[in-house]
Amino acid sequence: MTTPQRAAPPATVIDITADQLADHTRRLLDGGARLALVAAHHDPDAIRIVYLFTAGPPDLRTELHLRTDPDQPAVPSLAALSFPAGRFEREMHDLYGVQPTGHPLPRRLVRHPHWPHGWHPMRADAGARPPLAAHEPFPFLTVEGPGVYEIPVGPVHAGLIEPGHFRFSVVGETILKLKARLWYVHKGIEKLFENHPAGERVALAERVSGDTAVGHALAYTLAVEDALDITVPPAAQRARAALLELERLHNHVADIGAIYNDVGYGIAHAHTQRIREHLLRLNHATTGHRLLRGAVYPGGTRLNTVPDPATIKSVVDDITDIVDIALTNTVVRDRLTGTAVLTKEQAADIGVLGYVARASGLPLDARHAHPHTDLPDLAISVRDDGDVLARFLVRADEIHASAALLTTLLPTLTPGTTVDPPARHAPGRPVSGVGIVEGWRGTIAHRVELRDDGILTRVKIVDPSFLNWPALPVALADTIVPDFPLTNKSFNLSYAGNDL
Amino acid sequence: MIAWITAVAQAVLVAAVAPLLIGFMRAVRARLEGRAGGRLVQPWRDLRKLLRKEPIIPADAGMIFTAAPLVLMATSVLVAAAAPYLSTGGPLSGVADLIVVVGLLLLGTVALALAGLDTGTAFGGMGASREMTIAALVEPTLLLAVFALSTRVGSTDLGAIVAAGAADPAAVFTPASALAAAALAIATLAEAGRLPVDNPATHLELTMVHEAMVLEYAGRDLALVEWASAMRLTILLGLLANLFIPWGVASSPHPAALAVGAAVFVVKLAVLGGLLAAGEVFVAKLRLFRVPELLAGSFVLGLLAVVASAVLA
Repeated sequence: MTTPQRAAPPATVIDITADQLADHTRRLLDGGARLALVAAHHDPDAIRIVYLFTAGPPDLRTELHLRTDPDQPAVPSLAALSFPAGRFEREMHDLYGVQPTGHPLPRRLVRHPHWPHGWHPMRADAGARPPLAAHEPFPFLTVEGPGVYEIPVGPVHAGLIEPGHFRFSVVGETILKLKARLWYVHKGIEKLFENHPAGERVALAERVSGDTAVGHALAYTLAVEDALDITVPPAAQRARAALLELERLHNHVADIGAIYNDVGYGIAHAHTQRIREHLLRLNHATTGHRLLRGAVYPGGTRLNTVPDPATIKSVVDDITDIVDIALTNTVVRDRLTGTAVLTKEQAADIGVLGYVARASGLPLDARHAHPHTDLPDLAISVRDDGDVLARFLVRADEIHASAALLTTLLPTLTPGTTVDPPARHAPGRPVSGVGIVEGWRGTIAHRVELRDDGILTRVKIVDPSFLNWPALPVALADTIVPDFPLTNKSFNLSYAGNDL
Repeated sequence: MIAWITAVAQAVLVAAVAPLLIGFMRAVRARLEGRAGGRLVQPWRDLRKLLRKEPIIPADAGMIFTAAPLVLMATSVLVAAAAPYLSTGGPLSGVADLIVVVGLLLLGTVALALAGLDTGTAFGGMGASREMTIAALVEPTLLLAVFALSTRVGSTDLGAIVAAGAADPAAVFTPASALAAAALAIATLAEAGRLPVDNPATHLELTMVHEAMVLEYAGRDLALVEWASAMRLTILLGLLANLFIPWGVASSPHPAALAVGAAVFVVKLAVLGGLLAAGEVFVAKLRLFRVPELLAGSFVLGLLAVVASAVLA
């Protein structure tokens, strides 16, 4: 039981040519895999594209490697086979200049139109950014018809939220079409990883999305450990699983409160804030940071104290009361029921993850499909309605599930540093690794590549928000404008994790 | 002369008390939710701060935008002066009847809705359209509810209705008045933009009604709008209080009677405001398309009140 073990099987790598891409993809997707990540790499002699397909259980990871000409990089588009693939290709086009041939909608995604043409910031030879154009048209598809009008919202919003522009085409109060424009906070965070020793960039991974410190740190850590073949003791993996559940708890409690706030049910919101504060203080005692930073790193886990399972239980009893009280309020229930339905078919086509998928009847959970430690009493909550209420109830269920997991995990943990950070690894050859984690928002995937001396050459991050954002406008069709904030809160997608 | 002094005193009292009423309601709500909350005088401090700041007018806005806060304030002051709060013998007795009062309130609402449209922004227009949807159902309810009371007295003069109620308290507690009180209470919630119709505490532009119309106001203009809105809530709660609990309202212009009237008025406001704030803790905001159902319900209550008072009279 105490022997260190590999957290996950290594990925199967298949080198392919452009002609074989579609066939391999079709075979993998038909076999039940999903496209988890697409990353371009600017090698000296080629632009190399890695398509990562994942399936589980049993945990299966397949990588298709495709090399293309660095001067005229192009790949056959997979948009017809997979909706997420089309989005990855647009991202790759903006950042690396890789042309997706045959893409049905080859518009810019990450770089807004006033960014310079022909300049692709992630390429090794990108250099300093040329000046931005002062003005550039930013056309939206206009919906025409009697009584149709547009409501532009953002990118600067009232309240403390991140920037995104939403363009509603509305007739009366009913939304005909919603277009979300993101990437206002594209920071080039993937580039900031490059040329640094892997062990020194955990803090950056923790900051990919502030509320998902453990999720991203752990995905990054697992990827680095996978690449460098580092094994950690089972106790450290269990501590990581516990930290992940603590993160899920405080975020789900906050979301439940935010949903109450959006329907104007102030008293329940006030109480969830009180409960969240309890949890944040517990986090601070556990790791020295209220959002659980600094606890996970390649090679081990660091805990200042281990929370008492009784405390977790009392917190969960408290939130259960709040949920029960609010759901017996008919006005609250009416606001949540049937609002912004995402059907199972839509959810599967778009490729959504996390509680959004589970609330639409898709039982996707990386803790089950890609476990880094055994969780025998893991309960996955799945609801079929796909409305705001379903997303709310999945969160409420997951609070219970997290508490149950913590009750078994916490007594097996001891405070202190599980393993000292390992001395700098030099693998002696270029290596790569994949880390997959069920963060509180959904499945996070990181893929890292390191040089022979252990320096990072590329980190690709996929936050579930990247895959879930397109589902929001779909769910909102035929919803009324005043229900948008409530729907948005029930998805609660990350801007930072999407914009990178 | 005394009547005019009384009217001025009423207007000053309502203007002074209105922000405190808002502060009191926030404090009640905060306490019930387990929060510390702000001070009672915080709304007054906010007004003082805003009054010192310059108003910023959107480039596309016209005269209506600049005029609306003044119209809103003027109508509020006029109603505060004319309606029977401290004394039943106002200077405009016979003129300031319920139709005038409801008309003045509606004038303020329309001015603000036009100002929302005048900004040319999507939020202003959205708020204005929602406000008009609500107002179209609220104003008839206000009229009907008070009509039900006026048939008993045989006059639409608010002072006369309150005076009759104070003289014969037993006549106030009839089925017709109970129905009218319920209708007027719901109409007051909607007119003043309180839960479950509108959420005055929200920062979410897309859900706003009243707040969406006034989003573009800043500085002195915003202060006027906020102040006038607080006064409208005070005016409506005051009417509710004096029509259905008419004791303490001075029937003679004696200064002592007026002082008692003022004290009783403030106590009634505090009780009603406290009840409203406490009630708001337990309700959530209705889906926008359910609001007309609630208001149609209140209209029917008003109608029943009129029928009941006509039949039972």
